[in-house]
Amino acid sequence: MTSSWKPAEQPESFSFDAASEAEIQTVLAKYPPARKASAVMPLLYIAQRQMGRMTGSAWIPLVAMDEIAQRLEMAAIRVYEVASFYTMFNTQPIGRYHLQVCTTTPCWLRGSDDVTQACKKATGITSFGETSQDGLFTLTQVECLGACSNAPILQVDDDFYEDMDASSTEALIAALRDGTRPPPGPAINRNGSAPEGGRKTLLETAGPTPSVTQ
Amino acid sequence: MVRVIVDGTPVDVPPGSSALQACEAAGKEIPRFCYHERLSVAGNCRMCLVQVVRAPKPVASCGFPVADGMEILTDTEVVRRARRAVMEFLLINHPLDCPICDQGGECDLQDQAYGYGTGVSRYQEAKRAVTDKDLGPLVKTVMTRCIQCTRCVRFTTEVAGTPELGMVSRGENAEITTYVEKALTSELSGNLIDICPVGALTAKPSAFRARSWEYKKTDSIDVMDAVGTNIQIQARGGEVMRIVPRVNDAVNEEWLSDKGRFSIDGLKRRRLDHPWVRVHGKLHKASWQEAFVSLARRLEGVPGERIGALAGDLCDAESLCALKDLMTALGSANIDCRQDGAWYDTSQRSGYLFNSDISGIDDADALLLIGTNPRHEAPVLNARIRKRFLRSGRGKFPVATLGVPTSDLTYPVETLGDGPEGLKTLLDGSHAFADVLKNAKRPMIIVGHGALTRPDAKAIYTAAYSLAQQVGACAEGWNGFNILHTAASRVAGLDLGFLPGQRGLAGTNMLRNGVEVLWLLGADDFPLEKIGPETFVVYQGHHGDAAAARADVILPGAAYTEKPGTYVNTAGRVQRAFRAIFPPGQAKEDWRIIRAFSEVVGHTLPYDTQDGVRARMAELNPIFATGGGATSDRLLGRVGVDNPILSDLTGYPFRAVIADYYQTNPISRASPTMAECSRVYGSAHAAVAAE
Repeated sequence: MTSSWKPAEQPESFSFDAASEAEIQTVLAKYPPARKASAVMPLLYIAQRQMGRMTGSAWIPLVAMDEIAQRLEMAAIRVYEVASFYTMFNTQPIGRYHLQVCTTTPCWLRGSDDVTQACKKATGITSFGETSQDGLFTLTQVECLGACSNAPILQVDDDFYEDMDASSTEALIAALRDGTRPPPGPAINRNGSAPEGGRKTLLETAGPTPSVTQ
Repeated sequence: MVRVIVDGTPVDVPPGSSALQACEAAGKEIPRFCYHERLSVAGNCRMCLVQVVRAPKPVASCGFPVADGMEILTDTEVVRRARRAVMEFLLINHPLDCPICDQGGECDLQDQAYGYGTGVSRYQEAKRAVTDKDLGPLVKTVMTRCIQCTRCVRFTTEVAGTPELGMVSRGENAEITTYVEKALTSELSGNLIDICPVGALTAKPSAFRARSWEYKKTDSIDVMDAVGTNIQIQARGGEVMRIVPRVNDAVNEEWLSDKGRFSIDGLKRRRLDHPWVRVHGKLHKASWQEAFVSLARRLEGVPGERIGALAGDLCDAESLCALKDLMTALGSANIDCRQDGAWYDTSQRSGYLFNSDISGIDDADALLLIGTNPRHEAPVLNARIRKRFLRSGRGKFPVATLGVPTSDLTYPVETLGDGPEGLKTLLDGSHAFADVLKNAKRPMIIVGHGALTRPDAKAIYTAAYSLAQQVGACAEGWNGFNILHTAASRVAGLDLGFLPGQRGLAGTNMLRNGVEVLWLLGADDFPLEKIGPETFVVYQGHHGDAAAARADVILPGAAYTEKPGTYVNTAGRVQRAFRAIFPPGQAKEDWRIIRAFSEVVGHTLPYDTQDGVRARMAELNPIFATGGGATSDRLLGRVGVDNPILSDLTGYPFRAVIADYYQTNPISRASPTMAECSRVYGSAHAAVAAE
């Protein structure tokens, strides 16, 4: 059933680039020097984003974890533990775009199955966890993303695409394939989590003070 | 003290204790898996649930601090149901493969499922399986059996100081692993087998060999290093099957080094099981009678001062005593128990002991290591230093070393130089660490054999001693000047005076034709090629190691598992070992061999029972009657050491006493398991010291 973690093809080396170094300095400044191990999660995320920038696949190779362990003076296994615990850290290479479909109850009730199907259809992926043949997309099943009022949610990398359905999903994937990133937010005529088509309550602007009835 | 009421019984426990400790103090048994007295509290198995009055739900007692007047109930229906439920969950993914599991019969999960479980399972679904890990030649893994108690993770991180194991992934997929497949680099990895409450980590060398209830269990003392680890030898059918540690807080707590645990397969290989006599340049099998007669003939007409005896590292005190008496009877003062030629002040007991005692490490607040790598020379003692480092808090336990350690010591160390020259700067106070030692309340100096087996050993010794005096390491109630021995027999030898007498030759002088007849009592670890070609060599020992090949007469002795013996550890603690099995073939207990031979040469030794030889030992040194341990003489300031002659200090770097931890004596050299370890770990002991 479950199996041991299988190491992916690992790059030879990893070093933080200038942009990452700047971010690291900001992060490290938040912790006392003796407790800098607390910075492990931000640093892992910085490493993951840098890999995304550099290779088009936002994941954390072992060499990056070792580099972080060394920098934060902690045992390498402690970094591996953190990286493997959190699902938002990718320990395997992923596609250019990380499609994360929320399938928790509210999203599921609102049609996350359709979104999943559309993703699979548009990318040729057959099941969760896979990467498409062209290496552009990885489809992941995620738990509640905390945006239930805009269910169903499709998270692409860091952006939430909300109120999705089959057609909007396919359109989004087609756009991503073309190299454009549509603005995140609701796919329907809606502002944030306000009602569809505009406001439904508090339509009047400041009216007369309601009289107090006894 | 805090008063807690456990099941109606009031008990007083120290503040800060956990509810579990309070229950134990009240004599209540609390089932547990993840909780271990010597590790940090994890609280993740939930087996130790108890009811605390006025608490809304059962609490995990291992991590629940006591409060005054707290009432704990350990045997209510709520508690029983909670335990049954926890046990049911633990067993969900545990394979019920007890019949083929090595832990069967001594398994916490088995016992507690029997005691606290339901007896039936409602679980119908598929169980998860986890890939086994390769943790090296000593620890076998069956990871599907793991219940994620994380004891092993905490052990490697906290006690062993080699944070290599971890729990990766989460939930259903959580597993214990090294992440990147690699062998554990700890010299204490065998203890993982003991602390694992299930059969996930078991002993690789003894896999599928025997059941725990089949063993005949004998208390004994480990001889692989000078710590004197208390062990239990478990034998079946005349064969030592395994060795496990016994608890002794003053010595080894409950840990045992890998060499002590896994060298046992060396006890069956390369054994000397009958006497040999060299005739016309070739060794021939002989009977005891023939061996004794030919040896007695050879000794005829040899003056006493042309006979010498050198004792090895694994001897029991009884054989040392008998050999000393025999040599005295033969008129020889050429006896030495220091085959490595170490120099100590032997005029007083505290001149060669680990004076602060091993438990004294817990009180020390600064440490200077001189020419020693305790991680290899005494792994259990090194774990104690690490424990002190962890307990004292960040930067509160400064450790410095003279001599570059050959491996990571598992705690931060400041290297003051690679040779003894740093002692000068410490003595004149010009180095900052001198102030650290001076300001410490209980400074500790450990001098190892890397420093004591050099030509300038005496200068180093006296300089280290002066430094100890200068920084107040030898004050009332505290003696922080310590010698770390590597040989299990050494302190007993020194206590018995197994040293050159008046005009006697020391070990090195007996070589190069210094004597005509050289009696080696298990001595293999010295440059054998320096024995003169004309010297007649008697080898008394249990293994056909290097010296046996050079011998002219071989007298087969008993290994430490095969004889009742007395050993004195580096801290001067006299400890008794019992016989677990009988020696192979015609091999005999060593002191009996010497006693029998004394009759052949007409100098019959005046004892022929174990008690007799022990009475003689007590005569030589009363310490053998009183039991040693923390005696008052270790606390006295010493005399008999000259002022250091600093100009005698040479600049040569300290060399490591132990080149290969897994191959240090005849037994471990004969062990295939240790050879395999040496192959795997030989290259580098690179580990991260952190946390």
